[in-house]
Amino acid sequence: MYTLKFHEDMCAACETHDCLVKCQHMNIDLDTAKIQMENIIKNRDSFVLHDCVTCYACEEYCPNGNHPFYLIVTRQEEHKLFPLPDPIITRGIQVGIPFRGDPDITEMSGPVLNMGVFSSLTRRVKSRLFEGLPIMSEDPRKMFHYFCQLMYLHYGKTSVINDRLEKTIQTIAAHKATEIIHFHDECYGTYTSYASAFGIDVPFKSIHLFEYLYNRLLELKDEIKPLNYTVAYQRPCSSRLSSDKHAYVSKIFDLIGVTEGKRKYVDENAMCCGSTIFSQKKEGSRKYCDNIQKLNIDDMKNANAQICVFNCPACMETIGKAVGKAGIMPLFMSDLCRLAIGEKIK
Amino acid sequence: MSSILNKLIAVVGEDYASNRQEELFTYSKDLGTAPPQWPEYVVAPKTDKEIQKIVLLANEEKVPIVPLGGGMTLAGLALPLKGGIIIDLKRLDKIIEVNPESRYMVVEAGISNGKVTAHLHNHYPRLMHSEPGAPPAATIGGNLAIHGQGDLAHPYGFNSDMVNGMEVILPTGEMIQLGSCAVGSGWYSMQPLPDLKFFSGWNGTTGIITKVSLKLFPNKKFRDNDLFVVENEELVPEILYELTHLGMTEDLISSSAAIPPLMNKLHHISINIAGDYEEEIEFKRHMVFDVALSKFIRSGTGGIGNLAGEWPRPQVSKSSDWKKGGGFEYVGAIIPVSLYPECYRQGARISEQHDIPYTILGRVIGCSHAMMFSWSYAFNRADEETVKHARQALHETDDLVMNLNGTIWKPAVYGQRLMMDRMNKNTLELMGKIKTLLDPNGIMNPGNWEVNR
Ligand SMILES: Cc1cc2nc3c(=O)[nH]c(=O)nc-3n(C[C@H](O)[C@H](O)[C@H](O)COP(=O)(O)OP(=O)(O)OC[C@H]3O[C@@H](n4cnc5c(N)ncnc54)[C@H](O)[C@@H]3O)c2cc1C
Repeated sequence: MYTLKFHEDMCAACETHDCLVKCQHMNIDLDTAKIQMENIIKNRDSFVLHDCVTCYACEEYCPNGNHPFYLIVTRQEEHKLFPLPDPIITRGIQVGIPFRGDPDITEMSGPVLNMGVFSSLTRRVKSRLFEGLPIMSEDPRKMFHYFCQLMYLHYGKTSVINDRLEKTIQTIAAHKATEIIHFHDECYGTYTSYASAFGIDVPFKSIHLFEYLYNRLLELKDEIKPLNYTVAYQRPCSSRLSSDKHAYVSKIFDLIGVTEGKRKYVDENAMCCGSTIFSQKKEGSRKYCDNIQKLNIDDMKNANAQICVFNCPACMETIGKAVGKAGIMPLFMSDLCRLAIGEKIK
Repeated sequence: MSSILNKLIAVVGEDYASNRQEELFTYSKDLGTAPPQWPEYVVAPKTDKEIQKIVLLANEEKVPIVPLGGGMTLAGLALPLKGGIIIDLKRLDKIIEVNPESRYMVVEAGISNGKVTAHLHNHYPRLMHSEPGAPPAATIGGNLAIHGQGDLAHPYGFNSDMVNGMEVILPTGEMIQLGSCAVGSGWYSMQPLPDLKFFSGWNGTTGIITKVSLKLFPNKKFRDNDLFVVENEELVPEILYELTHLGMTEDLISSSAAIPPLMNKLHHISINIAGDYEEEIEFKRHMVFDVALSKFIRSGTGGIGNLAGEWPRPQVSKSSDWKKGGGFEYVGAIIPVSLYPECYRQGARISEQHDIPYTILGRVIGCSHAMMFSWSYAFNRADEETVKHARQALHETDDLVMNLNGTIWKPAVYGQRLMMDRMNKNTLELMGKIKTLLDPNGIMNPGNWEVNR
């Protein structure tokens, strides 16, 4: 059984406790944060375990690269303080069960694009941006074999991740690709952050989609026509696990000639899409989720955004329609880049 | 060429009557487990006058006639069990009148539900009818002939409750009218004349429905399909009771299935909420989730699975796919909502015994007055063994319905017999008298509802 490598001393010595103090969803001062973190570390009850909306952000806020979020969800499970109602957890766990045959394992050399559980978006990568890249998990019937499992952090169920992840890693590794570009940022976070925090061995190198896109755009630089849009970026929860790659967002925007409107919910202060908050057990969760979505979209409008750029398909699914209704075009980052090199998108 | 064929051609023209094997083949099967039953002729009339002539011809020749709509009932109800002529009614598909103020439309009965929905969508977007979850080719007449239910079943009941008038050609060829249209007053009401409703639920054994005045209902601008999920089946009736008490939703369906895994042993209650304004939708959502269902969410026994999904109408079952080969048939039963948990458990047991992934569904009819509960059994058409298992499972389910004191809906012949064996003897006798009175030559869809056997 894998266990979290959490450095208690580092946390005890921390002077900021940014993990909780900066939390957008709980109002916690420094003294309270210290006490609550200690409670959590010592495996005592804490209101944080009850009230955490599982937005992942504390992973990024932690100045020490410790893993407060992984610790919180691990404790939620130990204390059976699951944020979601039981049937929603069962449903979520069952979603990830592959049921339509084994994947076809073909050996792939060089860098490979992994669609994870978003095989249905494969048509979006039929682009010169991804030219020459073999694609892993193209078949929606088999996609759960490539499921990174990280979504169970929202369920307070690290045990499910730890049970299943090794098998997914083996499936991916069986293709023998050495470098893997993950279409979904959450997969990248799994293999680069979660796995190492829990001591799970990953025998391939992961490349962040935005890093890949940036480098590919550099290769196609002569073909880029500046788009001249004002955009807003919907930063997903999983990007908190790879904050070192977040800089690629601005680098790509600069390269393709779009400007980020001035926003309140940006970078560290980005607002979660709420994809699991609406169904949490805590009273008022649905309304709370509605409210943060509204604040987020209003903020995009105030920034005069013409396009909302999505990284994560789940965010797109959750607020894409509402963003569209607000008169802002929802687009995946990869699609925005395709526009910049003159490709048409549907 | 046979004389009957000649006479049929004389009525409808050469293109619309046939006894060619390749055409009869198509009409010899339906989508379910019933073995093929070959007709001798198939005819596709365009008008009620043509139908009258065909019916008179069948009486003269003493040859069975079987009305056919979309042929989607799966239970072999439109297969010619005793041979004869299939009357394919799909060409009888005119829209005769739409009266938006009184919210009804008059259509020929062979019109498909898909065409009705499309017409309203294009020309009367503020109106809708109660569309069954069947493929859109299912006809209005066929659905009424079996007492179907559609996506307005919760607020308004069976589709046969949503009829303002009917025109029917009797088995002896006369055309009758039911409702206000019978006194020449238009098609706006079925009441207050004496009841003569001998045509719904009779599977086309008492006459051919040719025109229908369908009640229409407000079609709101936005429709949300939300999901509420529970693990404990015992909670489903209580939840449906709360929702029907609230009275703010349209269709309410609870379903569970072994495949896909996300549905396994879980009950997904699909809740349709409609509104003309975002505020209206949000208010209804608030009342549904934050008020009516809040106690389930907070106790962790129920949760919101999805909000604001927009699914196209009709929401057709996809359960036919799981065995490959594209076959599935279901037993439907009308039951009290309180029987949902037991129906689910027993259905899962029967499915397991026959190695078929279980698929069940219950749709609320009226204000939790009843539920249409269905047990679907998938089979591979090309694998006779799986067909046999499905057939056996269907029979066991018919038996189960009777044991649980349910009422089999659109029963196949096996289920019809079970129901007739259990039926009040005087009721059965009256059915027999009505059948003899209306169809003295026994030509209408014989083999079905054989009350005088
Ligand atoms: C995937 C799937 C989902 C379904 N979901 C639903 C649902 O949600 N609700 C529901 O009610 N049903 C449902 N059904 C069952 C069925 O398809 C429908 O009830 C359909 O409306 C039946 O109409 P039809 O035109 O196909 O009838 P047919 O199968 O053609 O005929 C049904 C019976 O009526 C007789 N008949 C046909 N037309 C006439 C007429 N004009 N006058 C007199 N008798 C006639 C036939 O002889 C036969 O006995 C579903 C079926 C499938 C395959």
